[in-house]
Amino acid sequence: MATGAIRNMTGGEQFGALALALFGIFCLIIAGLTESGPYAFHMVVFALASTWAFRALIVRRYHGQGPEPDFIDGKPNYNFGPVKFSTVAAMFWGIAGFLVGLVIALQLAFPVLNLDMPWTNFGRLRPLHTSAVIFAFGGNVLLATSFYVVQRTCHARLAGDIAPWFVVLGYNLFIVIAGTGYLLGITQGKEYAEPEWYADLFLTVVWVVYLLVFLATIWKRKEPHIYVANWFYLGFIVTIAVLHLGNNATIPVSITSPKSYIVWSGVQDAMFQWWYGHNAVGFFLTAGFLAIMYYFIPKRAERPVYSYRLSIIHFWALIFLYIWAGPHHLHYTALPDWAQTLGMTFSIMLWMPSWGGMINGLMTLSGAWDKLRTDPVLRMMVVSVAFYGMSTFEGPLMSIKAVNSLSHYTDWTIGHVHSGALGWVGYVSFGAIYCLVPWLWKKERLYSNRLVEWHFWISTIGIVLYISAMWVSGIMQGLMWRAYTSLGYLEYSFIETVAAMHPYYVIRALGGGLFLAGALIMVFNLIMTVRAAPDVKATQPAPAPGLQPAE
Amino acid sequence: MASHDHNHDIDAVSGTATTGHVWDDIRELNTPLPRWWLWTFYLTILWSIGYWIVYPAWPLIANHTRGVFGYSSRAEVAVELQQLESVRDRQAAALRTASVDDIRNDPTLLRMATARGRAAFGDNCAGCHNQGGSGVGVFPNLTDDEWIWGGKLADIQTTIRHGIRWEQDANSRAGQMLAFGRTGVLKPAEIETVVEYVRSIAKLDVANGADLAAGTKLYADNCASCHGEKAKGNPELGAPDLTDAIWLYGSSRAAMVESIANGRAGVMPAWGSRLDEVTIKSLTVYVHSLGGGQK
Amino acid sequence: MSDISQTPAPKRSIWSRHKIFETNSIIMILGVLVVISIGGLVEIAPLFYLKSTIEKVDGMRPYTPLELAGRAIYVREGCYNCHSQMIRPLRDEVERYGPYSLAAESMYDKPFQWGSKRTGPDLARVGGKYSDDWHLQHLNTPRQIVPQSIMPGYPFLAKTDLEYGDIGTAMKVQSFTGIPYSAAMMESAIDDLRAQTDPDHPKAADFAKRYPKANVRDFDGNPQRITEADALIAYLQVLGTLVDFKTYDNKANLR
Ligand code: HEC
Ligand code: HEC
Ligand code: HEC
Ligand code: HEM
Ligand code: HEM
Ligand SMILES: [Ca+2]
Ligand SMILES: [Ca+2]
Ligand SMILES: [Cu+2]
Repeated sequence: MATGAIRNMTGGEQFGALALALFGIFCLIIAGLTESGPYAFHMVVFALASTWAFRALIVRRYHGQGPEPDFIDGKPNYNFGPVKFSTVAAMFWGIAGFLVGLVIALQLAFPVLNLDMPWTNFGRLRPLHTSAVIFAFGGNVLLATSFYVVQRTCHARLAGDIAPWFVVLGYNLFIVIAGTGYLLGITQGKEYAEPEWYADLFLTVVWVVYLLVFLATIWKRKEPHIYVANWFYLGFIVTIAVLHLGNNATIPVSITSPKSYIVWSGVQDAMFQWWYGHNAVGFFLTAGFLAIMYYFIPKRAERPVYSYRLSIIHFWALIFLYIWAGPHHLHYTALPDWAQTLGMTFSIMLWMPSWGGMINGLMTLSGAWDKLRTDPVLRMMVVSVAFYGMSTFEGPLMSIKAVNSLSHYTDWTIGHVHSGALGWVGYVSFGAIYCLVPWLWKKERLYSNRLVEWHFWISTIGIVLYISAMWVSGIMQGLMWRAYTSLGYLEYSFIETVAAMHPYYVIRALGGGLFLAGALIMVFNLIMTVRAAPDVKATQPAPAPGLQPAE
Repeated sequence: MASHDHNHDIDAVSGTATTGHVWDDIRELNTPLPRWWLWTFYLTILWSIGYWIVYPAWPLIANHTRGVFGYSSRAEVAVELQQLESVRDRQAAALRTASVDDIRNDPTLLRMATARGRAAFGDNCAGCHNQGGSGVGVFPNLTDDEWIWGGKLADIQTTIRHGIRWEQDANSRAGQMLAFGRTGVLKPAEIETVVEYVRSIAKLDVANGADLAAGTKLYADNCASCHGEKAKGNPELGAPDLTDAIWLYGSSRAAMVESIANGRAGVMPAWGSRLDEVTIKSLTVYVHSLGGGQK
Repeated sequence: MSDISQTPAPKRSIWSRHKIFETNSIIMILGVLVVISIGGLVEIAPLFYLKSTIEKVDGMRPYTPLELAGRAIYVREGCYNCHSQMIRPLRDEVERYGPYSLAAESMYDKPFQWGSKRTGPDLARVGGKYSDDWHLQHLNTPRQIVPQSIMPGYPFLAKTDLEYGDIGTAMKVQSFTGIPYSAAMMESAIDDLRAQTDPDHPKAADFAKRYPKANVRDFDGNPQRITEADALIAYLQVLGTLVDFKTYDNKANLR
């Protein structure tokens, strides 16, 4: 990075600085006007963040740092700063999210741990957990990998000078606002869309910039065809934007109030919510992570993607069919039967398009299966694809109304969620990060493959404990709720079913603890990789999935 | 960057053609769609079409398709509930018409009613009276033979049907403990005196030098009208027996002072408006059978 | 640089048509937008225009200001993470919780609170099931009343004064989006809120006229203060009590 003389600010910087200054002042004014303490706190956080960013822009100028060239010596001058930031953030939020998951798991087993305080009770911590793992951990993994993959596969530097930084920093600021908001009692009360209107608005801006950066990088590509991973990233970014806008259509009580009311109500709101909620799964936790799979597995296995044709069919079928499946979250509710039918049938039809992704992931290994024995990172990613296959079989199964009448509202759903979340999302993310860290920090290899083995086995045991405990408890719960005595009366009172869950909640917490322990081993391994693993030698050609620019 | 002339590039390992594109060293095979995959996909589509024909599925302009049998989950559950009742009726149709006393005297009916009552109790009553009716705190134990509002079948039935001090039910059990202190009827010292008297008859420890004579007089003047001369309580008014060892609000002096100074009025919801009559009868018999039911 | 479509392949395969998406990111995005719009439109739009979506019922009214404030606390504390408010038309649920929930019963709910997990029981008809005092004790220390409960305690609710300065504005915002609050309701929101906690309030009669079937009393055992527990219990006590099932025509509302 060239340091030179003070230079003039670019147009973009001038605009950015002005916008930041105005935004900061605006936030301070709101902070002064509002009667809500937590809201004032958030406005101060926004103001501090814009002050910091303002200062950073000026400092940058004094150091003479500025837009960098797209190519150096004919090789793309990749912009990995934001990628590194998001990678670190992903691990940080991952640990935080798993820890909160463990805490709420323990609270369900031992309710005294709620401590009877506002900010420590289950009702506030559960959304903190879901947002921390999905949006903070998963979101940062998606940001890091998408910014990495799009550069590598387009052979081009990330578009924009400060825009990529705005995306990663802004996104993480959103996370902080959302998470502290839950603890302080600011929530919209819609699952996976809990942040209030002002956080939503801010995220909208960040997301639009994200889309633009991603698109503009694609526009710089040399290869005329867009790589399949980037289709999935595009599908994910665009659809999440649509979903976010649809489900967060709210009117604030006033600009000085954190509270807002959603435009829809009752049954329509429910349909909007699960149109959103299901497709948060479909596009955030599935399409986005399939994109990761499509880059990292072939790269790591050094094998071509199994089937281009399957990519095409399963991509379009997946995104077309996913959108319809939302009503499977509303089976047997006051949503009209016709909509439930659509939700159910489209979920069934979704099965094969989902497995198309699994096939493409697994079969890419053909010719390289032996690598699974020696490369625990690759193994982790392959197991993740297997978990993906499992949860996308389980999902259609649970979408069948007869099955859902048993599983809905029970721990079975929680088991399904976590086979997808821990097994698929978690493992494919870990695999990608294990790949990324040495590549980004220009290391020959990870600090220790043995530690990866430990991580793999400990967390696999954790996942198995978690999901099998939830299957048992979920099915038991469902059966107990509907059990009739031979005389034709309900056999169990609700509270008896609560008491019966206790042992499984303890086992689940144990499983979660192991999963967390594995992730902590990973953090240690990554830190040691950055600190102590040997650097890639400049002279010698970099190791296979290395940092050398493609060709 | 990637430049390959034709998709005739063959992947050496699988022998399959690639598409010819390369991104960051990644290539794609042009493998055809797996047959089993495609056919399973078609199958799920066919199955869905079949399902749409049979069940309500597609929204139209003014209505939606209803499916060939006019299925509705709401109609279905109505039928199921009816079937359930007829199964029960087959075993004990008389539950509908029998009085609680008839039920009590007929072993078959009693067995059915107790089963039904037990089930209803777990989800409706146990929240207050605890599992099995053993009571917690201000929510009385229903398994002992002390009854605030009477332990005969008819008493229990009235209590359950109309609740206790339940505003929305005009026939609810009324009568409450007056707030002798707040209304100024008794001075704090007098309250303490009567508390010591009550403690003495309840065989609780009594403070040294308590003026029991004054307490007796205060009791007779103010309390006996409800709790009775011998303090054995009065089920008509829901005034509890003060001589037994059961204290809804605790037997500490402070709790008793509070009861007398500010009054008490425990509330129980009326179930007549929530549960059907057969269930109310069944609950009555069930509660009666818990231990303390009176003839 | 080439691609398969330029290949003099024996048959110009259908696969080569995908090139248009693969080589143009804007067309790709447009394709995605079209494809994801269809399902959403077909499933959501009819819910707004099909008459059968929301049943015809008697008795539904919007929440009173106090109930609305209580609802905000229910949302804030995340009760929906453990409690559903949706009795499904299944035999055991109807037996356990009462008549299955109608769409009409949540038509004034912003946001809906049907829930997705039943760690605790369904609350759709909890109104009138317990006494206020029970709710208060249960919220303070659940395990003292229900020993096997795993619900967190919320002792701070009864200790915290309710903030209701902007309840009128909140109602106005709701009315923009279709909740039938009258001008009188919005203007007298604060009085109405106070009146509901105090049967002797001078405006209590007006209040009762505006909101039929509303419970008017001090809910948290402390007539001196209007606390968050007052509001939350008022909300819990109205759940599922509004629709008149005696006049509800089940047959007419199958869908
Ligand atoms: C909201 C809590 C609550 C619920 C739920 C409840 N009860 Fe009660 N119940 C009470 C209270 C409080 C009393 C005592 C009232 C008093 O202080 O006189 C009581 C008293 C009774 C009594 C009279 C006891 C006596 O000594 O005379 C009977 C019988 C009874 N309950 C049965 C039931 C049944 C059966 C159900 C369920 C259908 C039920 N209760 C549900 C709170 C409740
Ligand atoms: C108007 C009738 C009435 C009068 C007069 C009355 N009581 Fe009561 N008392 C009741 C009722 C009814 C209850 C039960 C309240 C409840 O169940 O919540 C009660 C409850 C009590 C209790 C609590 C019992 C327990 O189990 O914790 C005490 C102690 C008590 N009364 C003492 C007295 C004394 C002493 C006096 C006279 C100074 C008195 N009462 C006068 C009706 C009366
Ligand atoms: C950790 C999960 C959890 C949370 C969070 C939770 N509850 Fe509960 N709740 C339960 C369980 C379990 C029960 C059943 C045992 C009992 O009655 O305490 C229950 C029971 C109840 C009941 C009695 C329902 C009935 O019909 O018996 C009410 C009312 C209630 N909760 C209200 C609330 C409210 C209001 C909140 C939020 C302020 C809340 N709960 C938060 C788990 C929870
Ligand atoms: C240490 C690891 C984890 C533990 C111990 C854990 C624990 C929990 C617990 C206890 C719940 C609440 C269940 C209930 O309400 O009954 C929950 C919910 C949830 N968790 Fe996790 N979790 C972990 C990791 C993850 C990860 C990695 C993800 C996603 C990537 C995730 C996503 C979710 C989601 C989406 C829910 C909500 C499920 C629903 O509403 O149906 N969790 N988790
Ligand atoms: C074909 C694919 C899938 C289908 C058809 C499907 C279907 C379902 C069904 C039927 C439910 C239960 C709804 C209920 O009863 O409340 C559910 C819940 C859930 N699924 Fe899936 N699933 C699929 C894949 C996945 C994947 C890959 C994940 C990844 C993490 C996932 C995450 C979730 C989550 C988070 C929930 C809980 C939502 C909530 O109630 O909060 N699903 N899914
Ligand atoms: Ca939101
Ligand atoms: Ca009060
Ligand atoms: Cu779903």
